[in-house]
Amino acid sequence: MAFLEINNVNKRFGQFVAVEDFNLKVERGEFVSFLGPSGCGKTTTLRMVAGFEMPTEGEILISGADVTHKPPNQRNVGMVFQSYALFPNMTVADNIGFGLKVARKGKDEIAKVVDEMLALIHMESFRQRYPYQMSGGQQQRVALARALAIHPQVLLLDEPLSALDAKIRVELRTEIRAIQQKLGITTIYVTHDQEEALSLSDRIVVMKDGHIEQVGSPFQIYNFPETPFVASFVGTLNVVDAVVRDPQSGALTVDGQEIQTAQPLSVSAGQTVRIAVRPEMLRMTANSGSGGTNELSGTVDTVTFLGSIVRVQVRLEKSKLFFDMFNNPHLVPPQVGEKLTVYFPREACLVV
Amino acid sequence: MKRSRFWSWLWIGLGILYFFIPLLATLNFSLRMKKDVISLMAYEKVLADPGFVKSFTFSAEMAFFTILASMILIVPTAYWVHLRLPQAKPIVEFITLLPFVIPAIVLVFGLIRIFSRPPFVLTASPALLVAGYVVLSFPYMYRAVDNGLRAMDVRSLTEAAQSLGAGWGTILLKVIFPNLKVALLSGTFLTFAIVIGELTLASLLAWPALGPYMALLGQNRAYEPAALAIMSFALTWGMIGLIQVFTRGTSGTALGGMK
Repeated sequence: MAFLEINNVNKRFGQFVAVEDFNLKVERGEFVSFLGPSGCGKTTTLRMVAGFEMPTEGEILISGADVTHKPPNQRNVGMVFQSYALFPNMTVADNIGFGLKVARKGKDEIAKVVDEMLALIHMESFRQRYPYQMSGGQQQRVALARALAIHPQVLLLDEPLSALDAKIRVELRTEIRAIQQKLGITTIYVTHDQEEALSLSDRIVVMKDGHIEQVGSPFQIYNFPETPFVASFVGTLNVVDAVVRDPQSGALTVDGQEIQTAQPLSVSAGQTVRIAVRPEMLRMTANSGSGGTNELSGTVDTVTFLGSIVRVQVRLEKSKLFFDMFNNPHLVPPQVGEKLTVYFPREACLVV
Repeated sequence: MKRSRFWSWLWIGLGILYFFIPLLATLNFSLRMKKDVISLMAYEKVLADPGFVKSFTFSAEMAFFTILASMILIVPTAYWVHLRLPQAKPIVEFITLLPFVIPAIVLVFGLIRIFSRPPFVLTASPALLVAGYVVLSFPYMYRAVDNGLRAMDVRSLTEAAQSLGAGWGTILLKVIFPNLKVALLSGTFLTFAIVIGELTLASLLAWPALGPYMALLGQNRAYEPAALAIMSFALTWGMIGLIQVFTRGTSGTALGGMK
């Protein structure tokens, strides 16, 4: 039996369906991210696990116990909020010890756990500081320590890094993952940032309009998207229209140029389908995968310098493809107007 | 630039004169009880009057109970409206502003009419006076508490406390009330200032409060009412000073949660 089970959960606000037929089993110690755009129901689902929202239908089990209708203060679930939600009237030590105080633990035990938590987040010298005396990143680390201090069964993080600047975000997400692995705590992490989800998670739940689109490891989600939405939402993608020439062999034409998919197609000849290719699969040299190479020729439309990478956009006839090159000061990037052929392996060609 | 500054200062100067000249005149008058000598005689007389001490003590007691009752009533109400019933905010705001629209005289007649006959005979109890004062304090106390709640992330703080195991009582006492300290102090002092000088309710419900005492004194004496006016100003300013003292260094805490 899984440690956390969300079974057939639906949540409606009046006529609006926020979450529809949500099923998920999370193993003990697993790190699962809910990924999706705003309004996809990821936070609502998390809040139902926390007990802040009640499901309209379905059940939630933690460690085999039905917690569906338990109030949040009886679930032993730690929560970290986007806005940190540290108690402004309390010091760091008091914030971390709050849950233990509520549970009527002894002074010595509280002090010991607070020390452990401060050591865990490397903030021993901040014990007597108030929230307003710390940066956003420091406050969020304290919020994490506070949530962990009660030794929760499940740790829930609701977009905890969204309010922080880019550099701190990367630092803190590494720290969150390290702490989660060290403690082996079952964690659900809500984010709309695919990079966060891909880098942190054991599994990702991609959501759209209240339902699950796909559940899988970051590798599966990124490389083998099961729906057009997952393909377009996770990572960047070149999507072009192609006309099916021979479904059996997977032959298609893009602006009159022939390419081939690795798998036969399930549509009839003459139909138009959309194919997707990850930009990192495009090369300027014909170095192919095992299943053969596709090539498409066009004219360089734009060249954008982005620091460590250079993004090149190639115009075919109607369609456009872009790919990224690593910046190398000793190599001249393609020039606008130059004729260019791009190559990509047949297996990189996804029909969406 | 210079021109606009000149006009700003001129208007500020005029405002200060408009406010302070009558006050200085009253102060000056209150010190002239003894002919041709500046003295504190009027103040001594007021303070020595047992009627003053009695009425002031009574009003202070009423103010204490009013503040307590309005805090118990308004803080949980405003908190719940912020947390769970934001759609009820305009209705609650309207109700709390009613004392500005309905004169105290109407309120007191309503109270007398309802509570002077069974089943609730309360006209002989100071509880009715406190209840009336609580209504009068609504606009000030609610506004202060509402402002305090707006300055903090009520929902996240509540949910954070809940996820840490806290029940509603703990959340209110350990999280909400302490973070409303500044707002509650403002509400408290404003309520105190209103109750201490209130005349209509106390007079018509026949309680020996400071308001009726001051009115009586004003009818019969010349210098003592001036001294009392200066004293009440000093009291109000003292209260404002106390708000400043208590709130110093805590300004950051209200915003800390969102920094």
